[in-house]
Amino acid sequence: MKHLRKILEGVGSVVQLAVRSLSYSATLPRQSARFIEQCYMIGYTTLPIVAILSFFIGTVLALEAGYAMQDFGAKEFIGSLVGLSMARELGPMMTSVLLAGRVGSAITAELASMKVYQEIDALTTMNISAAKILVLPRLAAVLVMMPVLIIIANIVGWFGGSVVARYVSYVGIGPEAYFAALRHYTKFKDVINGMEKAEVFGFVVVLVCCDIGLSTKGGPREIGAAVTRAVVTSLILILVLDYFVTKILL
Amino acid sequence: MNTTESSSCSKTRNPFTGAEENAVGVKVEGVHKSYDGVEVLKDVSFEVVPGEIFVLMGPSGSGKSVLLRHIAGLETPTSGRITVNGLDPSLEATRDKVRLALVFQEGALFNSLSVYDNLALYPREHRAGDEKVIKERVMHALKILSVEDAVNKFPSELSGGMKKRVSIARALVMEPQLLLYDEPTSELDPVMSATISEIIATLKNEYSVTSLVVTHDRALALTISNRVGIIMDGELMTLGTPGDLSKSKDPRIVDFLNPKIDIEHPRFKKLETKEAAK
Repeated sequence: MKHLRKILEGVGSVVQLAVRSLSYSATLPRQSARFIEQCYMIGYTTLPIVAILSFFIGTVLALEAGYAMQDFGAKEFIGSLVGLSMARELGPMMTSVLLAGRVGSAITAELASMKVYQEIDALTTMNISAAKILVLPRLAAVLVMMPVLIIIANIVGWFGGSVVARYVSYVGIGPEAYFAALRHYTKFKDVINGMEKAEVFGFVVVLVCCDIGLSTKGGPREIGAAVTRAVVTSLILILVLDYFVTKILL
Repeated sequence: MNTTESSSCSKTRNPFTGAEENAVGVKVEGVHKSYDGVEVLKDVSFEVVPGEIFVLMGPSGSGKSVLLRHIAGLETPTSGRITVNGLDPSLEATRDKVRLALVFQEGALFNSLSVYDNLALYPREHRAGDEKVIKERVMHALKILSVEDAVNKFPSELSGGMKKRVSIARALVMEPQLLLYDEPTSELDPVMSATISEIIATLKNEYSVTSLVVTHDRALALTISNRVGIIMDGELMTLGTPGDLSKSKDPRIVDFLNPKIDIEHPRFKKLETKEAAK
């Protein structure tokens, strides 16, 4: 009962923060510097690791698919499998997992440290909303940067698959055949669905990490605990939401 | 005190525009606060008259800072009522009407912002003029506190005393009607403590800002205050002018204001015994 109450309180707190932050949406044009800074943090600094991860996800997919399909003579479908898997599932999910680990943890650490060292209290006495200047620019930035990250993750992942398809002996299909299958079976709608998923995951990850950071109490030790809690909660939410969002989008 | 003296001084002069506006008062009525069943404030009641310097003294852990956070609207009492100019300070609407600034014990400067941006944040967010006006206001506040040289530095590059002064300057930029100080002279050397005391007195004398200072610095309390309240174990023990307090016969107040180190006290003997046992 106590745990259920805690979960419901957490959900309430996150929803409240979302409503409060979004109610300041009209102030976003005046916060362009903060928004650009967050776009840089969320997008640019995450890009290399997203690219590396996606490349190897693509290669492993092609490797496994090639191994499994060689007995059925269906190797020419590897491109479609890699294309659809990356676009619909692995691109958005793995990028969101990375976002939680890299960006989410940094957001929680920063906001928790601001809370512990009374910077948030200082904002309150100045009648400046933390939701307005700390949460809203991050939410806006993640909504803008997630599609960009997903497009790059997909392209790099598809390319990774094509490298394996071409150079691993038991797969051995050329890039033309690989990309022809990919183009034939991977529709624009699939890529858009993936982006929609990523938008939901990214928004929830940033919101949860901000909320946990802003509700941190105690001393420096609690900052570490808050970061762990934020990352674990984000990962669980990504996986749970993945089922429901996929169900809705299918 | 000087309640009458302070009451007559019920206009605040804006340090930037020179405009006069009503100073604000604070009313604390029967405030209790408990954390997990532990009572840290017990039926505290007092009033801060517009334009006065009211000092709250007490030993560490007596509940002074908690009370100050309540007055700043950062916490709400378990029971009782706190009002600033008749309004609840924990409401956003009150902070729209009454400019209330809190100088935190550790400064609470924004570490990711330069000193200039720390000070400019409030006027920028509340659209108090264009960047030129904001710059003038920021530089003026830094000048009042004699920390103009720190304008481009980051909080991590400042000494404790400078952080305190920048923190007061940041509060001043808000053109406060009520200025709350949490241990403004803690961790400072005697010269810096005297400077901070002088600044608080100057802000009161020149701009008639209502000031509430929480401290255990006896010198600061007795020299600059109009009235002093002493809080012990969450209870307000006494309230009066610095002169009244000096004449108090209450042994707890006398002990607090004139602490004596008695090396014959049993606690020192205990330490000696422990040392000998080692």
